[in-house]
Amino acid sequence: MKRIKTSILGAFFAVIALLCNTYPLLAQAEDQFIAIPSFRVGPYGQNGQAFYGGFIDYLSYVNIKDGGVNGVKFSWEECETEYNNAKGVECYERLKGKSGISKGTAIHVMSTGISYSILDKTQADKVPLIMMGYGRTDAVDGSVFPYAFPLVTTYQMQASAIVKFLSQKNGGSLAGKKIVYLYHDSAYGKEPIVALEAESKINHFKLTEIPVAHPGNEQGAQWLKIREENPDYVIFWGWGVMNQTALKAAQKVGFPRDKIIGSWWAGSEEDVIPAGDAAKGYMSATWNVSGKSVPVIADIEKVVYGAGKGNFSDKAKIGTVLYNRGVSAAIVTVEATRLAQNKYGKGKPVTGEQMRWAFENLNITDAQLKSLGATGLLPEIKTSCENHEGSGKIKIQQWDGTKWVVISDWIEGNKALIHPLFKASARDYAKEKNITPACLKN
Amino acid sequence: MLYREAGQFKTTYKSDSQIFPILQDRIGMALLLLVAVIGVPLFASEYWLNAILIPFLIFSLAALGLNFLTGYAGQLSLGSAAFMAVGAYATYNFQLRIEGIPFILSFILGGLSAAAVGILFGLPSLRIKGFYLAVATLAAQFFVVWCLTKFPWFSNNSSSGVISAQTLSLFGFAFDTPVSKYLLVLVIVAGLALLGKNLARSSTGRAWMAVRDMDVAAEVIGIPLMKTKLMAFAISSFYCGIAGALYAYCYLGSVEPDGFSLDLSFKILFMVIIGGVGSILGNFLGAAFILLLPIFLDIILPFISQLFHLPIPNSVVSHIQLMVFGSLIIFFLIVEPHGLARLWQITKEKLRLWPFPH
Amino acid sequence: MQFFIEIVISGILSGLMYSLVALGFVLIFKASGVLNFAQGAMVYAAALAVVGFIDYGMPMWLAIIAAFIFMVIVGILTEKFVLGKLVNQPPITLFMATIGLSFFLDGLSPILFGSEVRPINLGIVDEPIQAMMDLTGIGISKLDLFSSGIIILLVILLALLFQFTKVGRALRAVADDHQAALSLGIPLENIWAIVWAIAGFVALVAGLLWGSRNGVQYALSLTALKALPVLILGGFTSVPGAIVGGIIIGVSEKLAEIYIPPVMQDAFGGNFGGIEGWFPYIFALLFLLVRPEGLFGEKHIDRV
Repeated sequence: MKRIKTSILGAFFAVIALLCNTYPLLAQAEDQFIAIPSFRVGPYGQNGQAFYGGFIDYLSYVNIKDGGVNGVKFSWEECETEYNNAKGVECYERLKGKSGISKGTAIHVMSTGISYSILDKTQADKVPLIMMGYGRTDAVDGSVFPYAFPLVTTYQMQASAIVKFLSQKNGGSLAGKKIVYLYHDSAYGKEPIVALEAESKINHFKLTEIPVAHPGNEQGAQWLKIREENPDYVIFWGWGVMNQTALKAAQKVGFPRDKIIGSWWAGSEEDVIPAGDAAKGYMSATWNVSGKSVPVIADIEKVVYGAGKGNFSDKAKIGTVLYNRGVSAAIVTVEATRLAQNKYGKGKPVTGEQMRWAFENLNITDAQLKSLGATGLLPEIKTSCENHEGSGKIKIQQWDGTKWVVISDWIEGNKALIHPLFKASARDYAKEKNITPACLKN
Repeated sequence: MLYREAGQFKTTYKSDSQIFPILQDRIGMALLLLVAVIGVPLFASEYWLNAILIPFLIFSLAALGLNFLTGYAGQLSLGSAAFMAVGAYATYNFQLRIEGIPFILSFILGGLSAAAVGILFGLPSLRIKGFYLAVATLAAQFFVVWCLTKFPWFSNNSSSGVISAQTLSLFGFAFDTPVSKYLLVLVIVAGLALLGKNLARSSTGRAWMAVRDMDVAAEVIGIPLMKTKLMAFAISSFYCGIAGALYAYCYLGSVEPDGFSLDLSFKILFMVIIGGVGSILGNFLGAAFILLLPIFLDIILPFISQLFHLPIPNSVVSHIQLMVFGSLIIFFLIVEPHGLARLWQITKEKLRLWPFPH
Repeated sequence: MQFFIEIVISGILSGLMYSLVALGFVLIFKASGVLNFAQGAMVYAAALAVVGFIDYGMPMWLAIIAAFIFMVIVGILTEKFVLGKLVNQPPITLFMATIGLSFFLDGLSPILFGSEVRPINLGIVDEPIQAMMDLTGIGISKLDLFSSGIIILLVILLALLFQFTKVGRALRAVADDHQAALSLGIPLENIWAIVWAIAGFVALVAGLLWGSRNGVQYALSLTALKALPVLILGGFTSVPGAIVGGIIIGVSEKLAEIYIPPVMQDAFGGNFGGIEGWFPYIFALLFLLVRPEGLFGEKHIDRV
């Protein structure tokens, strides 16, 4: 027993010593290395698996079909963060050293907490942090946050767009209506409150905020309260188990699910299928459609899985909302790489700073999306230094029992109302940190 | 052969009761400090500094705090992450609201705030013992995190409850490079560890151990129970508070209340148990083990899967990590219940005899 | 008034669900003195086993039996490899070992049975009973009533087991005093294995009921955290304590969530909700200050 003890301990420390010598492992010099701090286990593991599966599948697709971007293939490495902030930092530090050139190219962490933790580090290391649909929302102001990009839309813009949708549903006005905001009691859930309160003043509806304690697997009291309030709509900002529980709890008290509209992190198959019948009629926001009718998704299945290089061993997740979202994130990254190469030299890997310029000057049009076969996966995105968000548009989809069906066109949040809030918050941050706001030129 | 104490005579009480009575120990410690202060900044990569050494030191400090409470005083506590959170947020608020305050003072004030909260949640320990107390400290864990999320004042009215640590500077020198942060954390942790070692050897430490072993008997011989237990909670929370402040300022940069969740409390408890209850060195060993093990698994599992050509999907790798982590904890508890510190002690004893077997 | 009654009823029903998880804790603590933190992971493993076996093609009833066999095997192996090796260690070591076990199970179950979130369909819809709704305006969910019925049935079964069977008497003997039981020839390790198997069965029932409520997913592991205040309130060693404690915690939690925030909001402003996370713990803590062993727990006698 003692021998086993000593030998295991010895092996353990030997490998640690090995670690010292094998870092940094250099990627192939001609590859565009993308660092992927991902999560595939834990309470949100399912969502992570779908998203990152889609992300990686699209990168394989570009490698196989086009041989990369102008001949530069993508390489990547994943690191399990378990959705934990400290582990996310460790993963980021470990992966960024794997390629001297790109430093990771563009970091997608799919977690607001982790993105906050590595925001300062990515800025110091000069590699763009892409927070598509989550993260630090005042990073919209690129003069204070040159390396952070809350692309497509932020929580506040999303909330504002949902209000606009509801208003459209009611003949253009929400005056006198009651809306309950049921949210996960965390940074994620609290972010849109400011925007919703502003919207409620302009649109003259009564807003009631009801928090749900983490993890949200017990919501009986909240839904009894909601039934008591009898609102016209419930705007739902849940994540993980809170989503199914909410739908089932709504069924339990008899609240119609077609009056509930959730955020885009509460609107995927992983959320509604476990709720069974309770989920029928539930709506959520999204920027990408689901399904394999999108040409590029069908093509990925044919090309990547045909060649046996798919990320999933079981193809059931292809075409789900989060899978397509992962593909959309990869599309943005690849197109930014292409843009950077066009400016700084084709045929060689781009650096983090060059990617930053590309992300700040993105102009993805509907025509471009169509040529990629990705219509429906992204809205048009046009970024600039003042607007790292680039779009602000969402669509609304509804679960019909078997699939998500898009029931609206692109809806843009109230930019005039929301963006000044971001600017004010960014200015406060700049004052706290003694930064002089300035747009980078390169 | 090398580790003999023959010939080392002590002629004063003072030299007899020093922390490292054997000359070789003192040389070893000096070498270690030399490597840590000079060698590491010169040779360590940024990854090692940022992602391994700084969190190692910070977690050792938190484990040290918990060890005082659980290891020396015998009060099982599952709320250490909450005290870290109090320390982090209190330091942030002192730094923010008092113009020009030196950051060392805000750290100390943050630690004192954590100590105050610790005393508050330590009051039940006067009536409750054992596992009941452990579950009561869970109340502290959840309540503190809820408070920090709920009251926007703590996070300077940010909409999300996240605080961004200010840059630390002393006489114009800013601690913003990995090396400077590492050295700052090293100095603070080494200082507090020395303080802690002396505390454990003092009458306070002995009172704690008496309370741990049998508190009724301790009371009978005149040890004031309330004062001793509350002192344990206070000092433990102070250390955890400073660790939390360092966690926010020198490691992550931005923290949210949810980042100080029950998982972190369990992690620190693991470090204490695996490192060795009631030992100062054990905290460092335990922190190293718990910190390095997931990284070790992260690297070795894909390597093994490539070696044996087993197509293990990524999610399975992560699940296997969890399994291995759990079984290693159990393995350690079975094989060496007194922790890594005991293994080190056995090694030293063997070294004294080496190369002879007995 | 009607709203208040609804909340109380809802609290009783969800409190019984907490008691169900707490029952597993109590069984193991009574027999072997171990606070089994892995109970939550066992609930998750059992529920995953059921849906996993269904995915492999078994019908529901066969899957439940197969899952029970799986839990029995887990219990026996745990006793052999974890607890058997840690006899006579201080309770905190055993507690830590069960935490390690919970990590192990949390990693093993998804590998064996897949990690997708799947519903469990027990055939009962989670809707309010229409007749009751029309009559009194109070909505009680059919699934909740069914669950409560199952739980009460389970408690009665366990009581019968302990009172009237040989194994039950042996279990009570072991819970009372290990040494005396050994001296009577009761095989301690077998008894512990049986207790873990029964706890596994309780975990299976809990997994089925919680799984049909919220779907089978990782968060089931966290049900252990909901059960701990129940244990404090009811006492670590009492089955009726688990039930009573569960009901008290469930009702107080719901009442607090509904009625305290508005009062605090009027006094201090801001949004005060979301207190369900810590309220049961603080409530149990305050209760402990008055009665340190819980309602029905054994009085702890200190011998010097």
